[in-house]
Amino acid sequence: MADLLSLSAVEARAALDAGEVSAPELTGAYLTAIEETGALNNYVAVTADKAMEMAEASQVRIKADEAGLIEGIPVGVKDLFCTAGVASTACSKILEGFTPTYESTVTGNLWREGGVMLGKINCDEFAMGSANETSAFGPAVNPWQAADGADLVPGGSSGGSASAVAARSALLATGTDTGGSIRQPAAFCGVVGMKPTYGRCSRWGIVAFASSLDQAGPFSRTVADNALMMQAMASHDLKDSTSADTPLPDLMAALDKGVKGMKIGVPSEYVMDGMDSEVVALWEKGQAWLRDAGAELVEISLPHTKYALPAYYIIAPAEASSNLARYDGVRYGLRVEADSLDDMYGETRAAGFGDEVQRRIMIGTYVLSAGYYDAYYLKAQKVRRLIKQDFDTAYETVDAILTPATPTAAFPVGRKVDDPVTNFLNDVFTVPANLAGLPGMAVPAGLNADGLPLGLQILGRPFDEATLYSIGRVIEDAAAFDAVPSRRAGGAS
Amino acid sequence: MSNLVEGRTGEWEVVIGLEVHAQVSTSAKLFSGAPTAFGADPNANVSLVDAAMPGMLPVINQECVRQAIRTGLGLNAEINLFSVFDRKNYFYADLPQGYQISQYKQPIVGEGTLRLDMPDGTTREIGIERLHLEQDAGKSMHDQHPSKSYIDLNRTGVALMEIVSKPDMRSAAEAAAYVKKLRSILRYLGTCDGNMEEGSLRADVNVSVRRPGDEFGTRTETKNLNSMRFIQQAIDYEVARQIEIIEDGGEIDQETRLFDTGTGTTRAMRSKEDAHDYRYFPDPDLLPLVIDQSEVDELSAGLPELPDAIRDRLTSEYGLSAYDAAVITEERETAAFYEAASAGRDRKLVANWMTVELFGALNKSGESLGACKVSPEALGGLVGLIEDGTISGKIAKDVFADMFETGKDAATIVEEKGLKQVSDSGAIEAMIDEVIAANGDKVEEYRGGKDKLFGFFVGQVMKASKGQANPGMVNQLLRAKLDG
Repeated sequence: MADLLSLSAVEARAALDAGEVSAPELTGAYLTAIEETGALNNYVAVTADKAMEMAEASQVRIKADEAGLIEGIPVGVKDLFCTAGVASTACSKILEGFTPTYESTVTGNLWREGGVMLGKINCDEFAMGSANETSAFGPAVNPWQAADGADLVPGGSSGGSASAVAARSALLATGTDTGGSIRQPAAFCGVVGMKPTYGRCSRWGIVAFASSLDQAGPFSRTVADNALMMQAMASHDLKDSTSADTPLPDLMAALDKGVKGMKIGVPSEYVMDGMDSEVVALWEKGQAWLRDAGAELVEISLPHTKYALPAYYIIAPAEASSNLARYDGVRYGLRVEADSLDDMYGETRAAGFGDEVQRRIMIGTYVLSAGYYDAYYLKAQKVRRLIKQDFDTAYETVDAILTPATPTAAFPVGRKVDDPVTNFLNDVFTVPANLAGLPGMAVPAGLNADGLPLGLQILGRPFDEATLYSIGRVIEDAAAFDAVPSRRAGGAS
Repeated sequence: MSNLVEGRTGEWEVVIGLEVHAQVSTSAKLFSGAPTAFGADPNANVSLVDAAMPGMLPVINQECVRQAIRTGLGLNAEINLFSVFDRKNYFYADLPQGYQISQYKQPIVGEGTLRLDMPDGTTREIGIERLHLEQDAGKSMHDQHPSKSYIDLNRTGVALMEIVSKPDMRSAAEAAAYVKKLRSILRYLGTCDGNMEEGSLRADVNVSVRRPGDEFGTRTETKNLNSMRFIQQAIDYEVARQIEIIEDGGEIDQETRLFDTGTGTTRAMRSKEDAHDYRYFPDPDLLPLVIDQSEVDELSAGLPELPDAIRDRLTSEYGLSAYDAAVITEERETAAFYEAASAGRDRKLVANWMTVELFGALNKSGESLGACKVSPEALGGLVGLIEDGTISGKIAKDVFADMFETGKDAATIVEEKGLKQVSDSGAIEAMIDEVIAANGDKVEEYRGGKDKLFGFFVGQVMKASKGQANPGMVNQLLRAKLDG
């Protein structure tokens, strides 16, 4: 086949089953693509030997007619997932050299369905960041370039995953989303990213950032590929007490359902200062596409939206400050020797954690302290319930909600790194879904005047990912988004 | 009975509250499947979850929940159908997660009561404040290497029930009685083995003193006491120390103290100002613990009869003294032994034989009831022989000693040794005649009014019979002959 890298996962599956291409050939093409796009720094470890072994095994199963859902499909894994025998560091110095003996439930599911592991992918340290600039391995870069040729961030925290899928150095990739960490980079890189309902994917074996918000999800180039990967990675897991025992509907069947008769909400509170006019225009275009496809667009109100970010930036650091206490130099990872136990803790954690992680640990420790708990953490939890109620009320009248994925397109590497508060604003549209535990999908929908991708976000009812795939497919078809980034594998530049 | 303590400046009332940490009897830890067996090699009983490896998550062990509910029911306590696990955050080398999963604001068990049977036969109700489930920490060993500490995570994550009393105890003896009774209930329920030497049961003791009728004084907390003796020593020391400080015009610091088992004294560990800020918050890895009332009902129906109920039955139905009943019901095995031994016998007589002879012999030999050669049926048999007049109580003591030694039953020993009681009036009369004949002078004295000599004649007759004469008959016949 001429261009293996341009096949979607669904197409590749068909080609593999038809014998038009072999799994090792496909994997080989992606391993070459990884080398070719190395400058994007989106892989932190390439497991080429493992990939080829897995591809050979896939080929055997394909021939035996025992192919899994994603049999032979090359997958990149965000470094937040623990992978047995492969270093798993959450892109933090404190986990330097840490190689788990165990496989996360999600990656285990993917390998059971025939996925081929390409390697570990760059992300923000402990998934804390919106630009993939806090990684101990240095920033991952967006394959889309600014008009002046400057490097752009791929978004974060799953920046490397979005970058790799866009750059064609992974056909599919895993991400995790705590406040937008799948949807924002998907929008920045022009790919499809899904944060499923909290509890849909097991958190077992994923390095925790904020346990009540973290959720794994898929990256892909098409909506159909995303549904396919979602189908492979979700499961009810008894090892995760927050995993939901709710059967996943047939997402592939949902793809062609259309939106006829659906009511889709447009929240008035999502029109914000500092939003690109092009983003607003795209949002309106998206509404028109859905209306044209037979949906009824309804203006709705999510009145507590403006409190979502402040609440998020209390709850997430609070949980993180406790979740990251285990990185203490005692049992694994980095240890800086010192004369006393307390000094060993202090020096290990000072050397092992980057600035952003330290900042969030300090915020989290502060908001949980005696005397501040009620004013911060408890109040944030109340806000969280109100935000959930906003959505519950909205879903009494609408089937899904359409919003922009991000207030702007991707920005240059290094631009906002000194201004954490501005960086936080990237999450403004995505955070409410995490607080409410709802599914959310980012779909590429167009380019801005600089030729950079912009995405739309669809939010759904709990465990109603199927509707998001129906809507996502309509937007994908209407947008006919076929632009490709310049710094992709097999590309011209 | 007054519990007040006399100081230099007047009387003081002691106020004691206890936090008992009881290891839940289960084969697996509270949130991991790792085993809990005592005495394993260091770090042999450690799962990925216990070692807090990245990405590991806790999953509640439902058996621990059931054990906590059983215990709550045994303490007549309210079972909270909705409770929450919180994280108690602090750094220590033997705490791999950097937090202990515990229950802070919403424990699984609420208020209950525990009845103390005091030695003088009175009872005291001690309030239970709450019971919650939490993880144990690991063990740090500082004496294995000149410059390093060794960490054993075997205990890490083992399920504990923290049982908090109200400040209702007024003396060290009451505190010890409380722990003893609590341990007894836990053992009856099978929810904690109560083994203090292995650390399955430890107590933190909160002590304060006040003038009778005053508000509570400032308390100190002495941690981790693992024997009844240490609990009492620590309280006695704290009471004396606190009274002395206050009488010297000082104030008590609210602080945590450590007990020195060598000297029997306590010393300050950390003050209130240095107290950790544990930053409690609900553990987001765990859903709230929701229990069905039907499950509580089911567990309640399956509870064994508990010491208080048995004790009440022994006193009201069998007529036992409160003291005997308390001694017999302290352990489930003892109560069961008693029930089996006394079935169809004189209940009070069996109780007496158990508490005096059997327990006396066990105390002396250091054996446990389980290892004892005397079966409940054998003890019952011995009492049966006394009841039907086959042997006297005095002979029975010798028979019992033989039973305890050999494990033979009473009837066999009586048969083999020819100890059967003589109840043949002719034979007894013959012996009496001999004694009267041989002690003419004493007979004169007796008949002259020296009544006390009657005992001498009884003794002589019993001696002549080698103790086998029926004492009742001896009395009756002797009196007839002497007075007649």
